[in-house]
Amino acid sequence: MTTFLGMPATAPRGVGHLRGEEPFPAAARAALANPQLRRNLGHATATIRAKSAKVIAELPDWQELRSAGSALKAYTMAHLPELLEQLEANVSAAGGVVHWAADANEANRIVTDLVRDTGHDRVIKVKSMATQEIGLNEALEAAGIQPVETDLAELIVQLGHDKPSHILVPAIHRNRSEIREIFLREMPDVDPTLTDDPPVLAAAARRYLRETFLSTKVAVSGANFAVAETGTLAVVESEGNGRMCLTLPDTLITVMGIEKVVPAWRDLEVFLQLLPRSSTGERMNPYTSMWTGVTPGDGPQGFHLVLLDNGRSAVLADEFGRQALHCIRCSACMNVCPVYERTGGHAYGSVYPGPIGAVLSPQLTGVADNASLPYASSLCGACFDACPVKIDIPSILVHLRNEVPHPRSEAAVMAAAAYTMDRPRLYAAAQRAARLSRLAGRRGRGLPPPLNGWTVGRDLPEPPKQTFRDWWAKR
Amino acid sequence: MRIALFATCLADTLFPAAAKATVQLLERLGHEVVFPVGQTCCGQMHINTGYQKDAVPLVRRFARTFAPYDVVVAPSGSCVGSVRHQHAMVARAAGDDRLAARADDVASRTYELSELLVDVLGVEDVGAYYPHRVTYHPTCHSLRVLRVGDKPLRLLRNVRGLDLVELPAAEQCCGFGGTFAVKNADTSTAMLADKMRHVLDTGADVCTAGDASCLMHIGGGLSRLRTGVRTVHLAEILASTESS
Repeated sequence: MTTFLGMPATAPRGVGHLRGEEPFPAAARAALANPQLRRNLGHATATIRAKSAKVIAELPDWQELRSAGSALKAYTMAHLPELLEQLEANVSAAGGVVHWAADANEANRIVTDLVRDTGHDRVIKVKSMATQEIGLNEALEAAGIQPVETDLAELIVQLGHDKPSHILVPAIHRNRSEIREIFLREMPDVDPTLTDDPPVLAAAARRYLRETFLSTKVAVSGANFAVAETGTLAVVESEGNGRMCLTLPDTLITVMGIEKVVPAWRDLEVFLQLLPRSSTGERMNPYTSMWTGVTPGDGPQGFHLVLLDNGRSAVLADEFGRQALHCIRCSACMNVCPVYERTGGHAYGSVYPGPIGAVLSPQLTGVADNASLPYASSLCGACFDACPVKIDIPSILVHLRNEVPHPRSEAAVMAAAAYTMDRPRLYAAAQRAARLSRLAGRRGRGLPPPLNGWTVGRDLPEPPKQTFRDWWAKR
Repeated sequence: MRIALFATCLADTLFPAAAKATVQLLERLGHEVVFPVGQTCCGQMHINTGYQKDAVPLVRRFARTFAPYDVVVAPSGSCVGSVRHQHAMVARAAGDDRLAARADDVASRTYELSELLVDVLGVEDVGAYYPHRVTYHPTCHSLRVLRVGDKPLRLLRNVRGLDLVELPAAEQCCGFGGTFAVKNADTSTAMLADKMRHVLDTGADVCTAGDASCLMHIGGGLSRLRTGVRTVHLAEILASTESS
């Protein structure tokens, strides 16, 4: 007997970081008024863009690589259940334990219980979007377990009691003098003569983290890729903190979104070229760590893999929107996005900011909970061109705009406009009426709400004496 | 050649000079221009704001109005982008596969002005004269949806008297984005501020582009700040001659 279970569940409310406190336009307004933020973001995104463009130009087969990445992801999404079961079988055969978490609450509970079972009360963490998404740090803290972020930028965010604003460079909104202040205020045993010289700041973090690496027995990581064919997990990073976390502790717990699986080992050849060039603008990332289950006498002797759904099955159910699950978290889309460059990541209210966040967050939560995000784009298309796996973000945005609940007044205006535009005579009359009312009301140069947004910073055009169609008719 | 003009609702209503210039330019080049009066709007505003159902009659109207013509031109990269990349999609989503096929057919004959001139008519020197310092903003949909590339620049380089200056960070969006400019007015004007700074840095008297919508946005900002820099549609520059 089969049971109809309905549509897959979206990510639950009240846990994790996928929903903002206010709609995007309001959050953006505050960010736009912060000159330091604007300067930090403008400088940082321009630098990464230039670096990335240079190394991408070195590869003659870049477009073919993008197509290959896109095809591999499309195949993976079409075979996700089988690939995940294959991954589970191979991880288990290699001595790992696989856990299935339907949502953030379940994942947090699984990880918390696993840490408790070890008897330790501190974990070191490799930078991970999945654990940020589910609010794992808060859940661990509530259970009396201290999570320590070991990625430099993530550590800055954690010490600053802040939220990440970029998926690759979570402290992109901070400059070095702000980082110095955070370290002086929050870092245990920090040198009080600390300067804002980047090597000095890095050395201070290094001293603090080295002690933590050597004394912590449990680590929590995310995963960039998991190979179904071999049961191998992969984490790529730049600082070596990941390698420490993945090799030094006794127990390793990896939380991974179910879309991160890839079919075969050789598929990594494609993604390990696409990812560093699109994200950090490097030819190859400095550290690529791969592990398969447990190796006796070498590295963590306990390995747990938590497979996280948290709304992903719901995204997968949308044949068009599911492309958002192809994302390899490179952040190229936010680095080229003119909206992100000006508002920063916090305005999006989710751990996934920028263009990919605008299509992923509303799908994970259900569009009603993030209804303003699909509109947080001018549809300029820069993200689509930059995406290493060719996610058509602008088209998904348009698709989601068609799904969100619309304000009733707007819907009425739109319906009236469509009605008029489908009747050329009425349309021509409306054109003339609009022109006359504009002539009459020109002094104020204002428009009624909601169109008054236009006149905030822009004049209206001078109304023409004659519409084109009137000119044509009299020609 | 007999060419049907899709004026676009924006140029028809607010910027008739761009549509008139398109007519004058094509007639000067020896072509016959017709204006099918059944035309109104391509429906892009509805589609991009999330009202695909409302757009279906407009998609149908466009296909029906322009089906009889071999070549259709519009002085807008954005509207042609919608016709080419959205119309069939909207029809299919509404379950009307016949309309989708018809929309695709008409779209394959619909061109943005610089595409028509360079690709279809094979001209890069249209014999224009425009003695001004001009900078060109490549609008996002011309650039990234239609991929017009440097066609507008090739046309501008052949205009006598025109001093073409390169716009810094030209490929970044001006911040218009249709209803984005109203729904996210603050972010939109922040993007506009940077675009205007780059335009002013060129020292140009005129900022041109292939879309009246983006020019309305950039021009609205330049006018608000009393910069003295004008926005002029590409068609108007190409239509200008020594005698005009």
